Amino acid sequence: MLTAKSTVGIVGRMLILLVLISILAFMLVVNAPIDPLTSYIGAESTLSQDARDEIAEHWGLNKSAPERYLNWAKNILSGDFGMSITYKRPVISIIRERFSASIILMALAWMLSGILGFAIGIIAGLRRGGVFDRLVKLFCLVLQSSPTFWIGLLILSVFAVSLGWFPLGMAAPMGKLAAEVTLGDRIYHLILPTVTLTIVSIGKITLYTRQKVTEIMRSDFILFARARGLSTRKLVWQHVMRNISLPAVTLQFSSFSELFGGMALAETVFSYPGIGTATTAAALGGDVPLLLGISLISALFVFSGNLIANILYGVVDPRVKGGGNYV
Amino acid sequence: MENKIVLSVNGLSVAFKMYGKGFARKELRVISNLNINVRKGEIIAVAGSSGSGKSLLAHAILGILPGNAVVSGEINYCGTPLTEPRLRKLRGKEIALVPQSVEYLDPLMKVGKQVSADKAAVKAAFERYKLADSAANLFPFQLSGGMMRRVLCATAVVGNAKLIIADEPTPGMSKDLAGRAMKHFRDLADAGAAVILITHDIDLALGYADRIAVFYAGTTVETALASDFTDDSLLRHPYTKALWRAMPGNGFRPTAGTQPYAGSLPEGCLFAPRCDKKTQECTYGIIEPREVRNGEVCCRYAS
Ligand SMILES: Nc1ncnc2c1ncn2[C@@H]1O[C@H](COP(=O)(O)OP(=O)(O)OP(=O)(O)O)[C@@H](O)[C@H]1O
Ligand code: SF4
Ligand SMILES: [Mg+2]
Repeated sequence: MLTAKSTVGIVGRMLILLVLISILAFMLVVNAPIDPLTSYIGAESTLSQDARDEIAEHWGLNKSAPERYLNWAKNILSGDFGMSITYKRPVISIIRERFSASIILMALAWMLSGILGFAIGIIAGLRRGGVFDRLVKLFCLVLQSSPTFWIGLLILSVFAVSLGWFPLGMAAPMGKLAAEVTLGDRIYHLILPTVTLTIVSIGKITLYTRQKVTEIMRSDFILFARARGLSTRKLVWQHVMRNISLPAVTLQFSSFSELFGGMALAETVFSYPGIGTATTAAALGGDVPLLLGISLISALFVFSGNLIANILYGVVDPRVKGGGNYV
Repeated sequence: MENKIVLSVNGLSVAFKMYGKGFARKELRVISNLNINVRKGEIIAVAGSSGSGKSLLAHAILGILPGNAVVSGEINYCGTPLTEPRLRKLRGKEIALVPQSVEYLDPLMKVGKQVSADKAAVKAAFERYKLADSAANLFPFQLSGGMMRRVLCATAVVGNAKLIIADEPTPGMSKDLAGRAMKHFRDLADAGAAVILITHDIDLALGYADRIAVFYAGTTVETALASDFTDDSLLRHPYTKALWRAMPGNGFRPTAGTQPYAGSLPEGCLFAPRCDKKTQECTYGIIEPREVRNGEVCCRYAS
């Protein structure tokens, strides 16, 4: 059994990693050729040097980097992520708003790619070497080696531009007031980005499942199950599913970073107002507080996926649970 | 005792298609021209060194060889060929397998369910092998070696099997426990089952089996009565004699050399490279089995 002690250990390691990530992100941004002051007041500002110095003083820009980091970290811990320069609003409210839009997109694509990839992987694995299996393998390998934005553009140009079945982008029809946007509108706008992200994420889980199924079908316990008279269908339900569902779910959880990366690109292609597009905007606008906030949140997101995967990994296999004390 | 032949295997060969580099294909022959039969109420022990094809014979009978296996020869069950549609009805019912090792159990499934889906049958089988009812709810890794063996043995008695194939059911058991397991198989045979008992331990098997089939490099070199194993003059094949002489208590004199590897089988008699009776005659053709003194032997010169 995964003990309380090891869970605490995993969480502790993740927290330390998070702190390291925050330091790294901070160092990158501080050393980047971005001047927060210029970003804030604009390059063509006619503000006097005195006024500039005053703002810099107020923000603590003259202080040493470690001092600034500690100051920032202290604010973060008290829930203050600062103000976004691009959006002129608190970073936390932007992240909340954008992240919830992205979460819907990622959750849908995550589940769809998981379920479809798992099912396709099982069928391909059972028919290893057959036509279906070879097509699936080819498809997955091509997918895995083609960039997300390219797939996104392809889908966009076929289904939105040529066929005109779906809107070009955004989360709602252009020019409609927020209050008038219906659920139908939202779903309609979500379809293409979701399809793109699903297709991008499906390769890994499909190939993994396929490989696992083949391995399991060659194992001795399947041989014995067949000797007991089990039909192939029963074999799959009783033995194959049992042996791969949890590892597959675990893999899905550990792919949060790929999911996040794919999401950012898919959003940019479809101008979907989520955390991905906000990141691009923040980077282009030299929006340091927003960039730092987003990097923390995305790290937290990826870590929580890994954390769940780690915990599941301990549950997956009774042999891992060790000892004989769980009857 | 009735003399009805339950299973007869004639001229069985099994090869594995191997894919080498590029398009190179090779067939690795692991069972060659093998013959064996077993009657109702009889235990036939199958003895032979590691890699002689004992488990593969069991898997061939049950039709559970891997997809790259090429099988030829005849397998008849109760007088009719054992085809896949027939096997589908017989597996786990009339024909039962006791697998060789714990590897044959799904590590993630409770053992009771893997013995049989029928809970009452599992209970009865476990009782017979002195296993607690609660053991059915354990996972394979939770069982001790001895318990595991008994669980595997229990798979033979859940149904009403007419043919039981037990693949090395006793290693790791104490002498006492092994004897008891053998006694169970003897009882099953006496009750009318035909039992193929694969074993390394000829000494142990002699006390319970009716006949012994000796395997060498994927073929049966001799089928002898258990009572023949009292003096090497009663045995027929040079390999069997050598085997007997190598047993503790009979001189303990091993034969030089090793069983040929499946990829490099010699022409003619497979034992020829190690046989001190071999002549030119032994190095070509197929050595067909002959009846000699109530037994069967594949040797040009056995008498
Ligand atoms: N799937 C396979 N592909 C290729 N060769 C195989 C395969 N399965 C078994 N063999 C080979 O066939 C030969 C016979 O194997 P088998 O398992 O029947 O031996 P055995 O007599 O049961 O030995 P043991 O006493 O160790 O159980 C061995 O040389 C083995 O390497
Ligand atoms: S056939 Fe020849 S080589 Fe083979 S066992 Fe008999 S005597 Fe020896
Ligand atoms: Mg074996």
